[in-house]
Amino acid sequence: MAPFRGIVHGALNLLELPMRFAQRRLGQQRIAWVFLAPNLLIFGTFTFLPIILNFVYATTGGVNVLPGDRPFVGAENFNVLLECQNYLDPNSCARDTFWRAVFNTVTFVILQVGFMVFFSLVTALILNREIRARGFFRSVFFYPVMLSPVVVALIWKWVLQREGILNAWLISMGGEQTIWLLDPNWAFFWAVFVSVWAHMGFYTLILLAGLQAIPKDVYEAAEMDAATPWRTFRRITMPLLMPNMLVVLVLALIKGVQTFDEIYVLTGGGPGSATKFMVQFIYETGFSVQPQLYGIAAAASILLAIVLFALTLFQLWVNRRNVDG
Amino acid sequence: MASVVTFLTRTRGHKQADWTDYVSYAYLLMGIFLMFGPVLWVALSSFKTQAQLQEFPPSFLPYGQVTAEVEGYDAPLLLYRVTLEDGTERVLAQVRRVGIEAQLVDPDDPGELVKVNINDRVPVREFSVAWSNYSELFELFSFGRYLWNSVFITAISTVIMLVINSMAAFALSKYRFRGRMVVFVLIIATLMIPPTIVLVPAFLVVSELSLLNSPWGVILPGAATPTGVFLLRQYMLTIPDELLDAARMDHASEWKIYWRIILPLTAPALAVLAIFAIMWRWNEFLWPLIVLTQNDQFTLQLALNSFQGELNTQWNNLLAMTVLTLLPITLVFAFLQRYITSGIASTGIK
Repeated sequence: MAPFRGIVHGALNLLELPMRFAQRRLGQQRIAWVFLAPNLLIFGTFTFLPIILNFVYATTGGVNVLPGDRPFVGAENFNVLLECQNYLDPNSCARDTFWRAVFNTVTFVILQVGFMVFFSLVTALILNREIRARGFFRSVFFYPVMLSPVVVALIWKWVLQREGILNAWLISMGGEQTIWLLDPNWAFFWAVFVSVWAHMGFYTLILLAGLQAIPKDVYEAAEMDAATPWRTFRRITMPLLMPNMLVVLVLALIKGVQTFDEIYVLTGGGPGSATKFMVQFIYETGFSVQPQLYGIAAAASILLAIVLFALTLFQLWVNRRNVDG
Repeated sequence: MASVVTFLTRTRGHKQADWTDYVSYAYLLMGIFLMFGPVLWVALSSFKTQAQLQEFPPSFLPYGQVTAEVEGYDAPLLLYRVTLEDGTERVLAQVRRVGIEAQLVDPDDPGELVKVNINDRVPVREFSVAWSNYSELFELFSFGRYLWNSVFITAISTVIMLVINSMAAFALSKYRFRGRMVVFVLIIATLMIPPTIVLVPAFLVVSELSLLNSPWGVILPGAATPTGVFLLRQYMLTIPDELLDAARMDHASEWKIYWRIILPLTAPALAVLAIFAIMWRWNEFLWPLIVLTQNDQFTLQLALNSFQGELNTQWNNLLAMTVLTLLPITLVFAFLQRYITSGIASTGIK
């Protein structure tokens, strides 16, 4: 660690001279731009420029990467994605894979967020009780959050495999061996389960912080008035926890819509396309399936961005309301 | 319903343990089992040989069948405990198996061939750890290469992120220049643009800069994070401006003020950001998957993904690799969990 520190120190020291020069030229306040420069350069190159380019890609066709080589097609890419005879039946759409991904994502997000909020709330309520070793138990539920999505997927793949421990246990209990990830319904169930398993610790922490911020004297007052626990929960805990619940809900929605890594490694989107979600559709269309249709992928990502934008506005609104209230 | 809620909401001040406490602890114990169990199972399995992994039902600990070197046979032979027709039990080494008949010899006296029904023999097993699962990773799977790539990307991008994000945070919290609010709003606005929705154009930019298949293609785009700037700025706002004025009196340059005064005072926030940066980079998957397509540039996450996708997955090595990949993060967590959990609870970032 020491030599590493030395290198960083040395590098920062070396910058002293040019920065002194810049300060003499720019003055004491405008030097701020020099401090901002590296960040702005990276944001500009890898975020703002791509946002503009995304629209260029979405309105051009062909298989070339360079925007100059791509013919302008207007809203064609969006039309292809959105063309459906019956919007409730993915098979009737021009891009049935896209619509199936949309349907899967919506179903997934509803189930995942529902279970996530429920289990996070129950866990946070239990952790907020007078229990021993609270710090330890809090860490237990948080541990999977630290694991990488690939590791999470491999762990569960190993547990769920045909001759895995889950099947061994089921058989010893008199159950039946099931090939979990090759059955569309079970694969979907495990996609939801694994993603709740991997992320609920994070939301539990936010809710627990909210619960611990509720002043104790409110509960004491309720006890004085001989309020039943159910009534205390309905009238005190829930209203005071609402801001945190909303934050959890919106964050879980934003993350849920973008689910990709764990499920991609766990099921590969399969069997068939039973667990294929929006981001995987974008990734496959743009990068892993030939020909690489950048235009379609960019158009799909703009549609995804609109959904995320709406959710983020909702989040800002929620935050503002919390601050005001 | 009401009783369930009674149980969930009873807080503090109960001197006597009642049934709600037992249910709480039961839930928490189940939590330990569910959260740690699968990881523990993978760790235990990673010490088993390929043959043991194929056993069904699996044994809990890595038990392997004992083998013996027998004179006259090249390969070591598997040992079995055999019940002979006269009822005696002997430990014999199996030479070959023909249908339901096993042919065995006495390891100490390999002259005579004993033939028994395969149901009359039980493998002799003992506790054995297949360290080769791990050593093979370095010898056959260029694990060292992937590890180096992951460590390089994680370390360099964490340092760059801390330096440039704190510089931006310093500018935004300690200077009043024109356009300050615009820049701040612009940076915060990028929070709304997760990398997943600019994949295609960001790929073009990276490839035009010839950063494809280079670790810098992963390091640079992730170096500036709105979360980091925001977190550090909020912290720096609490540092009194008088400190800066005092330093300027002593003719310190602005750069010196930044890294001799502000940076050391921001250490707690930098530490939180560093932990997150390490976690983000070490675990990152989708963006490296797009930028790094050559095997020798793979990070650990990409290597794991490509091995598990192969037709004949060698689970013994794959499990060992999984354990080595989750180990650093687990150690970081074990030592710093207090800071991590309180950092998240107070900032709400992940």
